[in-house]
Amino acid sequence: MTGGRLGDRLVLAAVVALAVVWLAPLAWVFALSFKPNEVLQVRTDVMLSPPFTLKNYTDILANSQVFQWIVNSLVVALGQTFLVLVLSSLAGYGFARTRFPGQRWLYVFVLAGLAVPEQAIVIPLHRMFAEHELHNTYAALILPRLAAPFGVYLMTQYFKAIPADIEEAALLDNASRFRIFWRIVLPLSLPAQATLGIFTFLTAWNDYLWPLVSASKPEMYTLTVGLASTQTNFAQSGGLGFLMAQAVFAGLPIFIVYLFFQKYIVSAVAGTTVR
Amino acid sequence: MSRSLARRLSRPDGGRWSHAAFVVPFLAAYLLLLVLPLMRGLWISLHEIDMLSESSEFVGLKNYTELWADDVFRGAVRNTFAFVLMSTPVFVVLGLALALALNRPGRLGAALRAVFFGSSVLSVTIVTLVWRLVLMPDRGLLSNAMVSLGLSPIAPLTSESLALPAVAVVTVWWIIGLPMMLFLAALQQIPQDIYEAAALDSASRWRTFTRITLPSIRRTVVLVAVIEAILQFQLFGQVQLMTLGGPNNSTRPIVMFIYESGFQAWALGYAAAASQVLFGFMLLAVTVQVWLARRKDEA
Repeated sequence: MTGGRLGDRLVLAAVVALAVVWLAPLAWVFALSFKPNEVLQVRTDVMLSPPFTLKNYTDILANSQVFQWIVNSLVVALGQTFLVLVLSSLAGYGFARTRFPGQRWLYVFVLAGLAVPEQAIVIPLHRMFAEHELHNTYAALILPRLAAPFGVYLMTQYFKAIPADIEEAALLDNASRFRIFWRIVLPLSLPAQATLGIFTFLTAWNDYLWPLVSASKPEMYTLTVGLASTQTNFAQSGGLGFLMAQAVFAGLPIFIVYLFFQKYIVSAVAGTTVR
Repeated sequence: MSRSLARRLSRPDGGRWSHAAFVVPFLAAYLLLLVLPLMRGLWISLHEIDMLSESSEFVGLKNYTELWADDVFRGAVRNTFAFVLMSTPVFVVLGLALALALNRPGRLGAALRAVFFGSSVLSVTIVTLVWRLVLMPDRGLLSNAMVSLGLSPIAPLTSESLALPAVAVVTVWWIIGLPMMLFLAALQQIPQDIYEAAALDSASRWRTFTRITLPSIRRTVVLVAVIEAILQFQLFGQVQLMTLGGPNNSTRPIVMFIYESGFQAWALGYAAAASQVLFGFMLLAVTVQVWLARRKDEA
């Protein structure tokens, strides 16, 4: 067995080396974000020697629009998450635990929507929102993703797995189906809610194409689109440190969220698709 | 549970109309924001729309025939397929390799999994910003590293032959976490006693992998290949933020073509037609992959 152990160690060493390469871009950008722009203009191979500065970060804070973009991203991501959870839970319960005419056919019809990519409908969707003069509003940024069937699929699968006898007692009491859903089944589904919630939040926070075409006024940009708009003058390399600080500033919050909710995020990714 | 009750909970046929109320809110959003736009997209693609005069003329399949003759669109189709073909196998092979190496208990394994998955939570804007800095011609991290190794520095994003592979590398760096996690979940579902039997037979690692591991996770391999193909057909943000489709159109994908013709040239009918073509390609790719997997199943 010693041969196997040696092989194990070699594999592990290789993966650790790869992990270092993987992290290098982030570490490099992080370190250089604390360097003065004038230094970076000349050379970027001096990571850990002084001088250091926080000026790049104070420059970002001086750009007041960044805060507006963060607020927009929060409103859009939280609003979308809340509404997706409500719609998906209701529909998931309806499909998994109740019976109504045409149900099976309807479920297949909804699942077929999983095959439709965002790009296939972005042109007509943009036109519809334009006709109702909804662009540059939170409604326009939030609404389109509510139609995605993934949440319904996830919640239906989850509700199906909850044993039926749990609802039995309540049904004997002749409680309404909505009451049973609200009081008994919904609290049991909290792990699935967390999974779907985090998944939806991350997708909304990082969404790019739709906010890019819908929000044309800078005050309605989300953080993702706003950051993209400031990168256009990349060629003038005077502000390298500023750009690097911007990457750190925008990336760190979502990274901290990730570290906090890692357990749920991993189960969101791994648990749902493999069945 | 009594019989009538069981029937009340899950009636195979019929049931109550009032129960449909649970699905109505989602269904309204689904019809209004997905089904209707899909239909309308098909309709728009058969029209020539002039945004200035707000006029719209039915032109049949003219947009599609024009796309077929459009060199820029053909280039975009070529680039998209090249990108899918170069990135999907990497996602499958590297994702599986990482999962095999990191399918271990303990802190080191958890930390390494976090490293490879962590970048997936960053938005495309941040990822491209970081990588544009890394790939800067003169002062980027890559140039620095090559110079210190005594090599001459390269600038992949300005090279016609290297730009698309560079975008693929960035994309793999960004979202290798998803396939890795899918493979990890699948590996953990393989019963341990099969491996113990193999160990008794003192089968080699490679044999254990090809005879036990791979057959057990075949469905996940297909799943990852399908998911990645779907995702990579939708390539847009990375290219729009790193190369703008250049140099010399060598990185322009279909979605960028849709974006440019729809939201910059405002040729809505033309852009909608390109959307339908992309949708068709994606359905075709998935069908082929699933069909290949089935055929192997039977063989």
